[in-house]
Amino acid sequence: MAMSVLLVVIMVSAVLFAVFQGTTAEMSAGLLDGAKDAVSLAISMAGVICLWCGVVEVMRRCGLMEKLAKALRLPISALFFEARADSGLRGDIAASVSANLLGLGNAATPLSIRAAARLHDVSGRTGAASDSVCMLVILGSCSIQIIPATIAAARASQGAASPFDILPAVWIATVISCAAGVIAGLLFKRVWR
Amino acid sequence: MIWQLITPLLILGIALYALLRGVDIFAALIAGARDGLNVLLRIVPALVPLLAAITMLRASGFLDAFAEFCRPAFQFLGIPPECAPLLIVRPFSGSGALAVGVELMRSHGADSLVGRTAAVMLGSTETTFYAVSVICGAAGVTKTRYVIPAALLADFAGYITASAAVRWLFT
Repeated sequence: MAMSVLLVVIMVSAVLFAVFQGTTAEMSAGLLDGAKDAVSLAISMAGVICLWCGVVEVMRRCGLMEKLAKALRLPISALFFEARADSGLRGDIAASVSANLLGLGNAATPLSIRAAARLHDVSGRTGAASDSVCMLVILGSCSIQIIPATIAAARASQGAASPFDILPAVWIATVISCAAGVIAGLLFKRVWR
Repeated sequence: MIWQLITPLLILGIALYALLRGVDIFAALIAGARDGLNVLLRIVPALVPLLAAITMLRASGFLDAFAEFCRPAFQFLGIPPECAPLLIVRPFSGSGALAVGVELMRSHGADSLVGRTAAVMLGSTETTFYAVSVICGAAGVTKTRYVIPAALLADFAGYITASAAVRWLFT
C-alpha cells in the first residue's frame, strides 16, 4: 500500500508542478519515456546481473561461502555473546552474514530470518527483540555486500566508462555505515529498555 | 588502473579456485544466470510504473526545484542536493531507489559526481524498513526497540560517507 500512495503522490506533484511551470508537454512525454526506458534498462542490465549471479553460484558451489563463514567466527562471537558457546547458532549467524557479503539476495533473507528466529528463541523473550536480535537486524539492514552487481549493471546501462570503478567508494561507505549502525546499537542498548 | 583490472581478476581467481576444487564452472554459471533472470523478472514490473512516475517528476521540473530547496542543508552535509529524492526513497523501496538512481545517472551522466554518488549510496545502504519488517516479522519479533533508529543512523552515515568518498576519489 505504501508504494501505491508514493506513486500517487509522485504523479500528483508532477502534474501540479508541470501545470504551474508550463512544462505539461515534457511531463506527458516523460510518463511514456520512463515506461519505455524501464524495459530497455532491464535488458541492458540483464547481462551483467546474470553473469554476476553465475559467478556467485560458482563461489557457493566451490565452498567459498563456508570459508567466509569460518573467517567470520571471531567477529560474530565478539558481537553476539549467545553465539560463543552455541556453535549451531554461530553457524546460522555466519551463514546469514556471509550470504549478505556475497550479495546472495535470494538466499540471504531466509538465512537472516533463521538466524534472527534462533537468536530470538535463545533470548527467551516473547515479543520484544533482545539486544543480540537488534544487532543482527541492524547488520541485516546495512548493505554489506562486497560487489554491488545490480548498481554496476545500472551504471553500465547508463554509459559509465568503467562501471566497477565505484567499488572502493562503496566499500568505504559500507564500512563507515555498518560501523555507525553497530556503535549506535551498542550505545542504544544501554539506554533503551 | 588497478580498478579496471579488479573485475576480470576477481572472476578469474574464483574460476581457477573452483576448477581446482573440481566444480563444473559452466553449469554453475548457467544456473546462476537463470537465477539472475528471475531477479530481473522480479524487479522489472516494479520498475515500469516507478521509472515512468519519476521521469514525469523530472520532466515537470519538480526534481530540480526540490534539489534547489534542499541545497543549503545538503551542502552543509557535503551531499549533492540532486541526490535528495534518493535519500527519501531509499529506506522504503529498493526498486524505487533503483529507479531514482538510474534517473539521476541518466540526467546527470553515469560518470558525473551526482551519478557516481547516487550509485555509491545505492551500493552502500539497504532498504531499511523493508529489511527490518521482513526479518522481524518472520522471526516472530513484534517490538523492534532501537533497531530502526540505529539502522537509519547507519544509512545516514552511509550517505555522508558516500558523498565524501566520491568527492575524494573522483575530483
